[in-house]
Amino acid sequence: MKIAIASGKGGAGKTSLAVNLASYVANVIGTLPFERVTLVDLDVEEPNSGLFLNMQMLEKENIKRYVPEYSEINCTLCGKCKEVCNFNAIALLPKNILVFPDLCHSCFACSELCPTGSLGMVEKLTGTISRFIEGSFDFFEARLEIGEPSAVPLIKGAHNFLKSYQSRNGLYIYDCPPGTSCSVIESVKEADLVVLVAEATPFGFHDFKLALETMESIQKEYVVVINKATGDYHEIEEYCTRKNCEIIARIPFVREVSELYSIGKIFIDSVIPLREEIARMVTRLSARNV
Amino acid sequence: MKEIVVISGKGGTGKTTVTSSLAFLIENNAIIADCDVDAPDMHIILEPEIIEQNEFYGGFHAEINEKMCISCGKCKDICRFDAIDYKQEVYKINNAECEGCGYCSQICPVEAVKMHESHTGQLFYSQTRFGNNFVHARLNIAAENSGKLVANVRNRAKEEAEKQNKSYVLIDGPPGIGCPVIASITGVNYIVLVTEPSMSALHDLARVVQLIGKFSIPAGCIINKAGMNVQMEDKINTFIKEKNIPLLGKVPFDKEIDIAQSKRKTIAEWNATFKNEFRIILNNIRNLLDK
Repeated sequence: MKIAIASGKGGAGKTSLAVNLASYVANVIGTLPFERVTLVDLDVEEPNSGLFLNMQMLEKENIKRYVPEYSEINCTLCGKCKEVCNFNAIALLPKNILVFPDLCHSCFACSELCPTGSLGMVEKLTGTISRFIEGSFDFFEARLEIGEPSAVPLIKGAHNFLKSYQSRNGLYIYDCPPGTSCSVIESVKEADLVVLVAEATPFGFHDFKLALETMESIQKEYVVVINKATGDYHEIEEYCTRKNCEIIARIPFVREVSELYSIGKIFIDSVIPLREEIARMVTRLSARNV
Repeated sequence: MKEIVVISGKGGTGKTTVTSSLAFLIENNAIIADCDVDAPDMHIILEPEIIEQNEFYGGFHAEINEKMCISCGKCKDICRFDAIDYKQEVYKINNAECEGCGYCSQICPVEAVKMHESHTGQLFYSQTRFGNNFVHARLNIAAENSGKLVANVRNRAKEEAEKQNKSYVLIDGPPGIGCPVIASITGVNYIVLVTEPSMSALHDLARVVQLIGKFSIPAGCIINKAGMNVQMEDKINTFIKEKNIPLLGKVPFDKEIDIAQSKRKTIAEWNATFKNEFRIILNNIRNLLDK
């Protein structure tokens, strides 16, 4: 079973839920219908899950994308490359061609349509993926190279990398980036179910609705976790009732949780009521895994 | 006219809380802009009245004319994005995967592939309840090219600031370090970094500081949720000192902030203590900008 943890708003509690859920499942794996649990941090711009886990790194791989490299040999300055590039990544100067790798989407059109073969495609580092392990708990972290504009090639690369580590009866948890755009779509692509974390505030509610619309537009099944609930804010709860969408967990605002979070500690070991809520969430998720 | 952008790396550290309070205090001397086009929130607090709305077209998508297609499969062969499906002997574009590069339309021997401009969002020009003008946008669900929409928001805000002779453009930025962030900070005069005393926020702050190092733009830092964890606060102070980033001010970890937000008020207008703290922050920014 593959679940993606997403939210429109940043700081709604995606990472907190992901690491606590994965750690809980790892602790009680013998009682569950899963053989292994795998957490994948796909919030590649700002990956934080690893800060909460003390795991041993097994390997690290570079993920690359392809960009054109200009060679003036044979180039007749015909301008075909510039003409076919839809991303303004190529400038035609009086005496040569200038490539802007940051604008390139790696479509290969300039390179393959160049009549003189003057634009070869070369590898450019877009990020890394690291693999960690502890018992029946696997953790993968994808980390974007600073200055790389798009998260999408790395997220695609991470999904490909993971294909060689599929266990037959595993629970996969993807920690996704915030927002509603292309990197979110790419992150939830492999998931059977999206868990939308809604922060119980007006900003949280607004962005939750955007995230929910996003999942509906790509026809992903979703459930909701209400986070940092204080008891006097009910808009999300009412909205979910109207939309008939399942609230799979309610995590109240507890100052101790914020304090634990701030020092990179999970809450399931010491905040018992929340551990119990995570346990109930796992039961509900397991029931769906048939 | 000077552009000030508020970013954080990590989401949820309080960018919008800070920007909306500065927008309240800066009065009518700035154009306000929301560049978090993926999940824009500032309008919830600023309650803008929309004056003008424009459609935004960013990028392209391909379409195959079935009647003209000779099913040679060349388009599918060259597509690097797996965006062309072949089902029941028909080639079709998968819009969700199409990057809009146009290679297929170039390679098609019978010109059966046409490129269309994609409608990817809306750009709004408004007036906030404080009276200052506000440029904001909404990227369509699942759309690409948010960097381009961010650039459009900034351009419109700059144009208005020049036309109306305002001293500042105040920008609420997106989280992360990717294209919308790069588009939000390129060429600005000052960056305000909002962080909180947590390991995650410091980790993310370090990445965003590394990114802005590539642009050589002066930056200052605000510690939000101050008091949540004293040791982490010390670590942040040490980090910013090391990087020569001045501390602009602190905002306490206080339930009042959530209450203010739920009443759709900026925290600077909520009580005198916050107002005073934000006055100091705004003055610090102004002084550093004029240096």
